[in-house]
Amino acid sequence: MMRWLLFIPLALALALGVLFWIGLGKEDKDVLPSPLVGQPFPAFNAVALLTDEALDQSSLPAKPMLVNVWATWCPTCKAEHAFLNQLAKQGITIVGINYKDDSAKAREWLKAFGDPYAFNIVDPDGKLGLELGVYGAPETFLVDSQGIIRGKHVGDLNTRVWQTLQPQFEAMK
Amino acid sequence: MNAEVAMMVPEFGQLALIIALVLAAMQVVIPLVGVQSGREWLMAYARPLAAGQAVFLMVSLLALTYAFVTDDFSVVYVATNSNTQLPTPYKISAVWGAHEGSLLLWVTMLGAWGLAVAWFSRTLPLDMVARVLSIMGMVSVGFILFTVHTSNPFERHLPSAPLEGADLNPLLQDFGLIVHPPTLYMGYVGLSVAFAFALAALMSGRLDAAWARWSRPWTTAAWVFLTLGIALGSWWAYYELGWGGWWFWDPVENASLMPWLVATALMHSLAVTEKRGLFKSWTVLLAIFAFSLSLLGTFLVRSGVLTSVHAFASDPDRGVFILALLGICVGGSLLLYAIKAPTVASVGRYQWVSRESALLVNNLLLLVSAFAILLGTLYPLVHDFMGLGKLSVGAAWFNTMFVPLSVLLALVMGIGSMSRWKSDAFSRLGQELKWACLAAILLGAAVPLLASGEWNWQVVMGMSVSFWLIGATLVDVWKKSRGQLARIPKLGVSFHGMVLAHVGVAISIIGVTMVSNYSLEKAVKIAPGESTELGSYRFEFAEAGHIEGPNYVSDATRFKVWRDDKLMEVLTAEKRRYNASGQIMTEAAIDVSLFRDVYVSMGEELPDGAWGMRLQVKPYMRWVWLGAIFMSIGGLLAVMDKRYRARQHKRAAAPAAKEAVA
Amino acid sequence: MHPQRKKRLTLILFLVVGVGSAVGLLMYSLSQNINLFQTPTQIANGEVPIGRTIRAGGLVVDGSVVRAEEGLGVTFKVTDGVASVPIFYDGILPDLFREGQGIVALGQLDEAGVLQASEVLAKHDENYMPPEVQEALEKAHQAGKANLEAAAGY
Repeated sequence: MMRWLLFIPLALALALGVLFWIGLGKEDKDVLPSPLVGQPFPAFNAVALLTDEALDQSSLPAKPMLVNVWATWCPTCKAEHAFLNQLAKQGITIVGINYKDDSAKAREWLKAFGDPYAFNIVDPDGKLGLELGVYGAPETFLVDSQGIIRGKHVGDLNTRVWQTLQPQFEAMK
Repeated sequence: MNAEVAMMVPEFGQLALIIALVLAAMQVVIPLVGVQSGREWLMAYARPLAAGQAVFLMVSLLALTYAFVTDDFSVVYVATNSNTQLPTPYKISAVWGAHEGSLLLWVTMLGAWGLAVAWFSRTLPLDMVARVLSIMGMVSVGFILFTVHTSNPFERHLPSAPLEGADLNPLLQDFGLIVHPPTLYMGYVGLSVAFAFALAALMSGRLDAAWARWSRPWTTAAWVFLTLGIALGSWWAYYELGWGGWWFWDPVENASLMPWLVATALMHSLAVTEKRGLFKSWTVLLAIFAFSLSLLGTFLVRSGVLTSVHAFASDPDRGVFILALLGICVGGSLLLYAIKAPTVASVGRYQWVSRESALLVNNLLLLVSAFAILLGTLYPLVHDFMGLGKLSVGAAWFNTMFVPLSVLLALVMGIGSMSRWKSDAFSRLGQELKWACLAAILLGAAVPLLASGEWNWQVVMGMSVSFWLIGATLVDVWKKSRGQLARIPKLGVSFHGMVLAHVGVAISIIGVTMVSNYSLEKAVKIAPGESTELGSYRFEFAEAGHIEGPNYVSDATRFKVWRDDKLMEVLTAEKRRYNASGQIMTEAAIDVSLFRDVYVSMGEELPDGAWGMRLQVKPYMRWVWLGAIFMSIGGLLAVMDKRYRARQHKRAAAPAAKEAVA
Repeated sequence: MHPQRKKRLTLILFLVVGVGSAVGLLMYSLSQNINLFQTPTQIANGEVPIGRTIRAGGLVVDGSVVRAEEGLGVTFKVTDGVASVPIFYDGILPDLFREGQGIVALGQLDEAGVLQASEVLAKHDENYMPPEVQEALEKAHQAGKANLEAAAGY
C-alpha cells in the first residue's frame, strides 16, 4: 500500500497546529495598540471616590503614574488588587477609575482590601471609560508626568505582566 | 489539625503535586527500560508507581478542596473563585470552576485511570502493562508540568490576603455544574487508556485480537462517561440558561461531541478487530483521533482560542506551552502511526454484504459527522486568520449536516446488528427485516397525522428510523433467542448492552424529532392577574414577589398552568441577582413529565408591573436524555462482560459470547 | 492484479471519492450558511445587502432603548463609535442587555435600514465584551474618527 497515505493524518494535525499557533498570536492582546497612546489624557469632570472633591484632568499628579480602571463587580480586579497594593508600597503612583460601579460598595472594598490609589475618579456611567476606549475592567494605562498616555494593558496586572510594563514605566521618568 | 498545620495545607497540596510529577516521570522511564532490556523486575514497577502517582494527585486535589471549604483566600485561585457566602457544595464544585482547578482535576483523573489500569490488568502480560502505563505516564508528566509551571492553583496572594473572595460565576452555582464537568472529564481522560493501549500495541507490533479485547472495556467505560457528561451538559444548559434550548452547537458542546462520535466509531471498530482481526490500522488511528480530539476539546476550545475571551491574555506562556504539549502528544503518536502502521497486516476477508461492511459504513458516517463538526467549529477561526472578517456558522448548518447523517446511521445500525460476519445476503436480511421495515414506515407516517393532523416529512423520517432501529433490534433479539423468551437472559451481557444502547439511540432520536417539530413557544408581555394561552395550556400569572437566597436575592413570578380548566402545576420562575458579583441569572421553572415539559422563564421587568415572559411546551423533551441514559447503561453492561476479566489462556468462548457482538 | 489488491484499491477509491464529495458538499453548504459580522460603520456605508442574515454588534447607545406600547417589541441603537445602526427586536432581551453594554444581534436589514433581529446576545460575564464588538470598536478607533461623545449621546 502507498505508505505516504499514512502520513496524511500527521500532516493534517500539523496544519491544525500551525493554525492554532497563529490563533494564539492573534489572541495575544496583552499590550493592545491603543489609538490613544501619545494622546493627552482626555478631559473630564468628576468627583473623587473617598473625598467627594471635584476632579478634572489638571488633578492628575505631575509624575509618571498608572491609571487603573476597576470595579467591585469585576472578579479579575479582585485578583489584581493585592498586586496593586504591592506596587503602591514600592512608591508607584496609581490613580483609580472606579468604572460603572456603586460608590458605597467601592468604598467598602477599599476599606477591606487596602487602598493602593492616590485617589479615585468616580465614573458611574462609564463616560470617561468610553473616552479612554475601555473594553472592560480591569485595564491599566501608563500616563507620564505631562498627562500623556504612553501605554495600555488589558487584563489583570501581575508579576509577569509587570516585568514587561516596568521598563516602559521607568522610561517615562 | 492544629492551626499552623492547617495553614500549610496548600503547600502540602503543591508538594503532593510535585511528588506526583516525579513519580509520573519514573513511571515513564523505569518500565520502558525494563521492556527494552527485558528485565521483569523493572517492568513490575509500573503498577506501584501508577498507584503512587494517583494517590498523591488525589491528596493534592483534596488539599485544594480543603482550601476552598475553609475559605483560604490567601490562595489566589480560591480568592478569585469562591466567597464566604457560597454554600459548601458549591465551594467544592468551585474547585473545578476555573482553569487551574479544572486542570488539577484533569490530571487527577488521569492518575485515577492509571490506577484503574494497574488494578484491573492482572490478566495482561507484564510487558504490555509496562508499556501502557509508561505511555499514560508521559501524558501525565506533560500535563502535571503544565499545571505546576503555568497554572498552579496553590499560588498565594502575598503579602496581603483579601478578606473576601470574588465569588464563583453564578452560572456555575448549580447541581448540574457540580456533576457535569467531572463526568465529561472522566470521559475525555478515559480515552487516554485506549490511546495508550493503541500506542503500546504499535510499539510492540502486537496488534492482535487480544489487544483489541483488552482495549474494549476501557474504551467503552470512557464512552459511558462521555455520553453521560454530554447529556448532563445539555440538561444543564436547558434548565439553567433560561432559553429552553438543549443543544446550541457552540464550540464547547462541539468539542465534547467530536470525541464522542470518534469513540463510538472506535468501540465498533475494536469489535471488528477483536472478532475478525480486521481494520487494525484503522482502529489504532481512531484511538489516536479520539484522544487527540478530547485534548483539543479540553484545552484549546475550552481555553478560549476559539471563543476568544481573555483566557490566555494574562499569560501567553500557557498557550504556547499547551500547544507544544499537544503538538508532541498528537504529532508524536501520528508519526509513530505513520512509521509503524505498515507493519500491521489485517488478515481475513469479507464480502460487501457483511457485518464488517456495515460497521465500516457506520465508522465512516460517524467520522464524517465528527469531521463536519470540526470544520464548522474551526471555519470561523480560519476565516478570521485570513483577514476575511468575523463570522459565525449558524446552528442551521450543523443541523443540515448532522440530521441526514444520523438518519443514515440509524438505518445502517438496524442492518448492522442483524447481519453476519464475513458474508451475508441482502435477500436474507430483507426476509428477516421486511416486517420491521414496513411497520416502521407505517408507524412513522402515522405520528405526524396523530400529533398535529398535518403531514411533516421530518417527523416521518425521524420517527420511522427510530421505529426501524427498535424493530430491527427486537427482531435481532428474537432471532438470536430463537423465539424463546427463556433464552434471552443467556444471550450474554454484552449483547444486552448493545440492545440497550441501540434502543437508547432510537429513544434520543424520537425525543429530538418530537421536541424539534412540536415545541410551542411564545414570548409575552404579561401582568399579574392576566392569562395567556399556549396550545392546550393556559398560563395564569398568579403573583410577583421576591425571594431571599443564601447569596442572592431574586425577583420571582408565580404561574398557574391550566389545561382544560384543570390546574396542572404551579410554577415559580426566578431572576436572581448574586450579591458578590452582581451578576444576574435566570432560573427557569419547569414542570417535568415523560411526555412533555412546561417551561417558564423570566425575561425583563416592564413598566406597570408587567414582565416579559418566555413560555414553552416541549413534548418528549426528557426522551433526548433518557436515550443517553439507556446508552450509558448499555455501555456499562458491555464493560461488565465476564470475558474481559477471564484469563487469556483460559478463554474458552462461550456460545453466548460468540453470538454477542456488541 | 491480485484479487485482494483489486478489492483494496476499489475500497480506497470508494473512500477517496466518498470523502472528497462529502468535503465538497460540506464546504459548499458552509459558504451558504455563514453569518458574517458587520460593524455599524459597514452598515451605515451601505456595504450590507438588504435581506441577508448578518451579525451586527456594538455598544448599545445610551438613551436609545425604546419599548413598544404593546407587547415586547423594542428598538435600540448600537454604535462602534463612528456610526450607529437601529435594531428592532421582538422578544426577551438577555439578562446582561444594558445601555452602554456590548451586544451582538443576528438579523436582516430592512428597506428602512433597521436591523430586524431574530436573536440578541450579550456575554454572560460582565468583564468581557463579545470579541467581535471589541474588534469593531478597535477598528473605529483606528479609523481616527472616534467622535465617541456625539455617537454615544453624551
